[in-house]
Amino acid sequence: MKYKFDFGALVEYWPQLLDGALVTLEMTAISTVSGLAFGTLVAIGRRSHNRALSRLCGAYVETVRNTPFLIQLFFIYFGLASAGLRLPVFVAAVIAMVFNVAAYTAEIVRAGMDATPRGQLEAADSLGMSTPQIYWHIVLRPALERVYPALTAQYILMMLATSVTSQISVEELTGIANNVQSNTFRSFETFIVVAVIYLVLTLILKLAFWLLGLALFTRRRRLGTSL
Amino acid sequence: MSAVIELKDVHKSFGLVEVLKGVSLSVARGEAIAVIGRSGSGKSTALRCVNRLETIQSGEITVCGHPVHDPRLDVRKLRLDVGIVFQSYNLFPHLTVEENIMLAPVTVKKLRKAQARDLTAEALARVGLAEKAQAYPEQLSGGQQQRVAIARSLAMQPQVMLFDEVTSALDPELTGEVLRVMEDLAKGGMTMLVVTHEMGFARRVADRIVYMHQGRVWEVGDGTMLANPQTPELRAFMSHDL
Repeated sequence: MKYKFDFGALVEYWPQLLDGALVTLEMTAISTVSGLAFGTLVAIGRRSHNRALSRLCGAYVETVRNTPFLIQLFFIYFGLASAGLRLPVFVAAVIAMVFNVAAYTAEIVRAGMDATPRGQLEAADSLGMSTPQIYWHIVLRPALERVYPALTAQYILMMLATSVTSQISVEELTGIANNVQSNTFRSFETFIVVAVIYLVLTLILKLAFWLLGLALFTRRRRLGTSL
Repeated sequence: MSAVIELKDVHKSFGLVEVLKGVSLSVARGEAIAVIGRSGSGKSTALRCVNRLETIQSGEITVCGHPVHDPRLDVRKLRLDVGIVFQSYNLFPHLTVEENIMLAPVTVKKLRKAQARDLTAEALARVGLAEKAQAYPEQLSGGQQQRVAIARSLAMQPQVMLFDEVTSALDPELTGEVLRVMEDLAKGGMTMLVVTHEMGFARRVADRIVYMHQGRVWEVGDGTMLANPQTPELRAFMSHDL
């Protein structure tokens, strides 16, 4: 195998690649926050005594988890466009990501909520707390602490999955990389550099989640034990 | 003497199993009642019916003027007047001792934090754990956790306290520290309904002892009742008390 590496050809594209990385981070941040909020609501809906609501949430979760992300993306971008709703690519991509990650979030958060010991619910109930108060203080907070590692792993996977949105020409890291390699014909170098950037992004994200975990979960920080 | 807790011919079934077969009992303000009986006699169920953790099939329960049997009852108002402590403590593991106790006064009674903190300090002092305010439940012994659970109930300033086998999971030493707290409460005039296997406590502290057997109130009396059982069932039950 004779291949001469030439990373020099990529230097002038460095700012574009960085912009792409920023777009990737931006999409990840928006869909992490919205996905967590929406997914938590779906988890609550799925645990509801209202049969119709619970089934609706269950159907949503199963549909999303059993279809490819790319199809969901195409459905939202091309499907809605042919129905007359043309979304900007960035918006369509973020909606697809939230739609996707919220389903996984819902299942993870639900598992955490289901692990609440019955006795704690009875205690809260006996103290006169209302159902929303119990949900917020007794169910949700410890649930998030319990499933935090699984949850953050899911969001890191989602960050990597943003690369799929290059298929509808979102100018995130992979999209930019495609342009760069077709301009320079340096595919090998381009994708090596891009892989390294993804690695760095993952590390940044992991660090951010770790710091956030320290800030959020005082008990865990002080005792170092899991709930 | 007006009754704070009144049960009239209460029936309760779980599926086909009838666990309460017509229980009647009246508790006056300031009275400490010990409810004893073997496992499965319905004593815990009866206690849980008093604050509507269980609903009953027929009969009447009135607690601090609340018609507990009434399906339209505002359960949260009832719960403001009734505190309960469980065998398994049920502290909230993600909160410190202080946060455990403050939570309900702040969220339910809408007290200011400073006010709730004072109330918490007072409640913790009553159970002898003032120095543990910043600890987490898992850092405490079972006896300490149970005393925190008592303080958590006390901070809501209930009129009635229910105790559901609160020392059954504790060794004798820890049992002692919890029972002392309960004894102080009884002396302080708290109306208490105590389901217990601690015969010594029942004999010494309770104003009246209720012996339950097969879903019925079988015998009621004062501390001397345990030494002179009137029914063969209580005599048999006491014969296991060494």
